Amino acid sequence: MARNAELAELAESIFAASYDKGATGLDTAAWKACAESGLTTLTDPEVGGTLEDSAVLLEAAGAWAARVPLAETDLLGGWLARAADLAAPDGPSVAVTGSAAAGAGDTVSVELARVPWGRALVAVVLLDGDRVLVLDTADAAVTEGANIAEEPRDTLTFTGVTPVASGAAPAGAAEELALRAALARSLLLAGAARGALARSIGYAGERQQFGRPIARFQAVQQMLAEAGSEVAAAAASSAAAARTARTAGFADPATVFAVAAAKSRCGEAATAVARIAHQVHGAIGFTREHDLRLVSTRLWAWRDEDGNEAYWNDRVGELALRAGADGLWPLVTGRP
Amino acid sequence: MAPVAGASTTLTRLPELVPEPVDLPESLAGLRAEVRAFLAAERAAGAWTPRADVWLSGWDEGFSKRLGERGWLGMTIPPEYGGHGRGALERYVVTEELLAAGAPVAAHWIADRQIGPSLLRHGTEEQRQAFLPGIARGEIYFGIGMSEPDSGSDLASVRTRATRVDGGWELSGTKVWTSGAHHAHAFFALVRTEPRDDAHRHAGLSQFLVELDRPGVEIRPIPLLTGAHHFNEVVFDKVFIPDSRVFGELGNGWAQVTGELAFERSGPERFLSTYPLLAALVGELTAAGAVDPGTRRRIGSLVSRVWTLRAMSLAVAGALESGAAPELAAALVKDLGTRYENEIVDAARLLVDTPPDPGAESGFARLLADAVLHAPGFTLRGGTNEVLRGIVARGMGLR
Repeated sequence: MARNAELAELAESIFAASYDKGATGLDTAAWKACAESGLTTLTDPEVGGTLEDSAVLLEAAGAWAARVPLAETDLLGGWLARAADLAAPDGPSVAVTGSAAAGAGDTVSVELARVPWGRALVAVVLLDGDRVLVLDTADAAVTEGANIAEEPRDTLTFTGVTPVASGAAPAGAAEELALRAALARSLLLAGAARGALARSIGYAGERQQFGRPIARFQAVQQMLAEAGSEVAAAAASSAAAARTARTAGFADPATVFAVAAAKSRCGEAATAVARIAHQVHGAIGFTREHDLRLVSTRLWAWRDEDGNEAYWNDRVGELALRAGADGLWPLVTGRP
Repeated sequence: MAPVAGASTTLTRLPELVPEPVDLPESLAGLRAEVRAFLAAERAAGAWTPRADVWLSGWDEGFSKRLGERGWLGMTIPPEYGGHGRGALERYVVTEELLAAGAPVAAHWIADRQIGPSLLRHGTEEQRQAFLPGIARGEIYFGIGMSEPDSGSDLASVRTRATRVDGGWELSGTKVWTSGAHHAHAFFALVRTEPRDDAHRHAGLSQFLVELDRPGVEIRPIPLLTGAHHFNEVVFDKVFIPDSRVFGELGNGWAQVTGELAFERSGPERFLSTYPLLAALVGELTAAGAVDPGTRRRIGSLVSRVWTLRAMSLAVAGALESGAAPELAAALVKDLGTRYENEIVDAARLLVDTPPDPGAESGFARLLADAVLHAPGFTLRGGTNEVLRGIVARGMGLR
């Protein structure tokens, strides 16, 4: 399948147009532009985008450090609501797992910690065992929190609220939700890694030391080439995982393996790329003044969200050890 | 490095670091299954033992001929030259299965990987007819005559020279690190046909197709760390090469050699040389029963990496098949892949407490011994990683 060049261009132009390195919180202009172009519900069957289209969009969002919950709304919240035969929330949403306590009538109470973009959402789609509840965030008490990239990670407390809608959870929903979140995070990581490399190459061409741009120094070239390899590995692994998920579906063992391997590889790439990007930028990159922080802090935040390398390496390692010496190659090639 | 148009800020545009991903068509599953069944039968019959770095060290002419009989050599060579007219991705499936199994592929490797494609691109009709059918049958083996003493990755510094004589050329000089020259039938020698010009270092180089049994060719072994004989020094003392063995265009040697390197750098051998050791490591750990979380995670990381490298290498193969020459991506895959191979060696050493044993017939300890002693070559052959990173840096606009 060809890379979607038009979609990539559209996404980059939206994120570039509203790019503001000093702002925090939801980028309402970018969100509105995305919504008008159908990008906030890209994989809704009515819009008809594939996971690979979504990959293009999220990679661009990562590169630009876009402050919009696209992955959360489309791939998680919208998906889980639709999968439970419920209407997708009209606006930013996310899906999380949790256990709600029943109250009087059909009310529920639940405290949800570190909800991505919690304060900016219209709804949370809660996977509670074998049921799905859509909760209106207007009913929640919000305790604001953040990840190290200053993205909202809020605690939402619902007390005796009536769900907007409820339905039966589809089979395997918990595993699919975890895989979708990890895939989305991998794509965002790959984009942020590209953003960090692009900023580093730009900076190395401008910054003069010892009478010439630091890009002319072989030691700097070697570091940036290594970062280039890591960016390529992140891009290749996350794109391959998106493709596997599209072709095989999330329930297929090949997708479990591919998503786990991609999140692990993107997390490892994030560490290497952020380290090199900061080394190339020198002290200025270590300040708030420079926009490298927008991507480097995301690399550090996202590598630990939706399962860090240890978690996903454990999953891959378990699959590999179960496969054994003779089954390992079929596992790697996806060909039993 | 053009900025994004119309942006309130700019993000430096990067070149394509890895080509568009490819899916192996479903139709190749049958071919893969055939190769696996063949390899399993060979192993069961004890025809060979899985080894590390087989494309350098696994010389087995009988095995190469059996592959030829099955149509798994010269796969991309057209039928009129004895080949099979198949695609680069079909060939990829066969080669990756052979490497993963640790099968002895060294005899035909160079001929199949790069001599065949080069002959098709630059060879004369007579040269193609003379060599391609034998390559596809697994009966004609080649070496590579690029490096020289003191030249290393700086190929433009070659000093072997060809002097015009009646009906051909006379070669004098020394080539080095020639794998398999003591068994091979021929190699392509990169030589100077014009005096060196320091202002145009890449000019005046030409390639000759040298049959190694010609008078005046002397082949001297250069034993590896393992003591095994794979490398050679090949000395030319006024060796006569007829005009019919000029390869490609006189003076165009640099461009021809660079074209060969694109095929040489991105293939699965750049991250699968030590795969048999990784499989054996997993086997050792599985046999030991309980595995601690740290070990399991280390295995997970290694497996995630090899899966990723394969996706990247396949993307390059797909680009080559569609006629592109992704030099930057090929260099980057080789840099990442060969460093990864060293990671496997270290993991195997540290996760299983078994000293490497070069005297063992087979098994983990033998694979580990071979891999440790072969590892220094991974990041040298095909261009050192430092030189490759220079290519990546240039591709990203840094020099």
